[in-house]
Amino acid sequence: MNPITNTDYVTILPELVLAAFGLIVMLVEPFVTKGGSRKPLGYLACLGALASLAATWYQAGSPYTQGFFKMVLVDHFSVFFHVVIALVLFVALLGSLDYVERQHIRAGEFYALMLFGAVGMDLMSSATELVLIFIALEISSISTYILAGMRRRVAISAEASLKYFLLGSFATGFFLYGVSLMFGATGTTSILAIGPQLHAGGFNPLVFAAVALMFVGLGFKIASAPFHVWTPDVYEGAPAPVVAFMSTAPKAAAFAVLLRVLFAAWTPGWFWPVWISAALSMTLGNIGALRQTNIKRMLAYSSIAHAGYLLVAFAASKAADTAGISAAIFYTAAYAAMNVGAFLVISHLAGEGERFVAIDDYAGLSRRQPAVAASLALLLLSLIGIPATGGFFAKFYVFSAALQANLVGLTILGLINSGIAAYYYLRVIVVMYMREHPAEHEHGHGAERITIPEGVALTLSVLATLYLGIMPNRVLQLAIEAAKDLLR
Amino acid sequence: MGEISTIHYLVVAAALFAIGTIGVLTRRNVVIILMSIELILNAVNLNLVAFSRMHGQLPGQVFSIFIITDAAAEAAVGLGILIAFFRNKETINADEVDLLKW
Repeated sequence: MNPITNTDYVTILPELVLAAFGLIVMLVEPFVTKGGSRKPLGYLACLGALASLAATWYQAGSPYTQGFFKMVLVDHFSVFFHVVIALVLFVALLGSLDYVERQHIRAGEFYALMLFGAVGMDLMSSATELVLIFIALEISSISTYILAGMRRRVAISAEASLKYFLLGSFATGFFLYGVSLMFGATGTTSILAIGPQLHAGGFNPLVFAAVALMFVGLGFKIASAPFHVWTPDVYEGAPAPVVAFMSTAPKAAAFAVLLRVLFAAWTPGWFWPVWISAALSMTLGNIGALRQTNIKRMLAYSSIAHAGYLLVAFAASKAADTAGISAAIFYTAAYAAMNVGAFLVISHLAGEGERFVAIDDYAGLSRRQPAVAASLALLLLSLIGIPATGGFFAKFYVFSAALQANLVGLTILGLINSGIAAYYYLRVIVVMYMREHPAEHEHGHGAERITIPEGVALTLSVLATLYLGIMPNRVLQLAIEAAKDLLR
Repeated sequence: MGEISTIHYLVVAAALFAIGTIGVLTRRNVVIILMSIELILNAVNLNLVAFSRMHGQLPGQVFSIFIITDAAAEAAVGLGILIAFFRNKETINADEVDLLKW
């Protein structure tokens, strides 16, 4: 057998960098003075995120390299997702610097777990071997299970963590059972080898069961209906910056895995499950969001709906062309940009012990903190899909791909749902701008200015959303390149 | 009676998977839910090893070793989370995991 060469290590360079920084953060933590600020650890973790971005940049110079006996593949697809994950990680880390101090969270473990989670997510997007996908999925999931329960003296946080853990490992079991059946049907666990094997083998009922079970497992990770029940509870209980992270980066990674499993291996029998799940997610997500009074729960339902729009793009990819796939890839980036910002605003305004998370607490925000209110308004408009924001082009590409693929019913359903969604997003904006808070003149409520790291993080998220909404071509071009590499 | 073939292993694995799934869905004690999840993982292991022998390919067996390792890590984290939960609520009954609307 060939020895592992240096180029092999380059294929996992961003992951190595993140893991190294995670270890350093944990090793340094005991040496930070007792009772002193733990922010330096956070900045170290931010540096790790940037270093992994640089490593990805280095990888992008030589795309389509395989490593570790064809377990890892660096192509435009993996590079795209690595960049999204690294940026989300950076922004979420910046946004959690003050939050961690305010909520008295153990900082060393917190930052290290964020970095370790990102290792798993990066590997998910570059793995071409089901064994590695499974391990990466578990690295990412186990880190986020713990992160969800980081406010461990708060009952709802521990409960969110427990729920996420139980349902998450249940879903992993389904995914693995599907993988084992896929191995039984094809005799290989390499995604690149499964495709040819399936086409040579003809009809095999095992394959259909395998694809269905794997879709159940991944459907849980992307929070698509009917596997979405955990989402509102976990998002409500988990710390807000963690939700900013785990509602975007692991989701992007899980979508990357789904894209690889469905399209790189070109498995059969996925169309109707995806269609039904897309329709259900959009409808249940938006209807569920209508009656929420807690903004974290509302955005949780909204994230279910967005998973539905994304699955529309999946369903539109049946003709093996790049339109649907690139639309899905673009959507993950746009969704990450706007959602991470929205949750950072929540984390900034939540206050000690996350007391202010009801939509009514946002009343009069436009007068108390005009810049924050304007940013949140822009991000919410982007989540609706108003032109000049990233959300608009994301939806536009998805639905035009769906129309090209003749999915008229699903497109109409999606557009009706976008209309419903406008109501609950706009309600938050109305509350912020047109209602006065009863306790507005009381001292202490919402008086905290936004800190510099939080401001930088929020600005980055807003700029990314605007960039994707005004000049989407560059990113769309990269998404198309990624889709081409995926189908190669 | 014929010899024991792959299909027999698959039936046992499917039965384990079904028992595990039913256990997760119906049992109320969180520790038993955890055990049911382990049953599902063992069903997967049995499947993988049986298929591995059928195809004469090693990846299945290697995969099952990875799953055993991961199951241990997952159980450690799961019990840790359970203890954190127990300290807050003094119960491990899934019906009382109810602060958040389930």
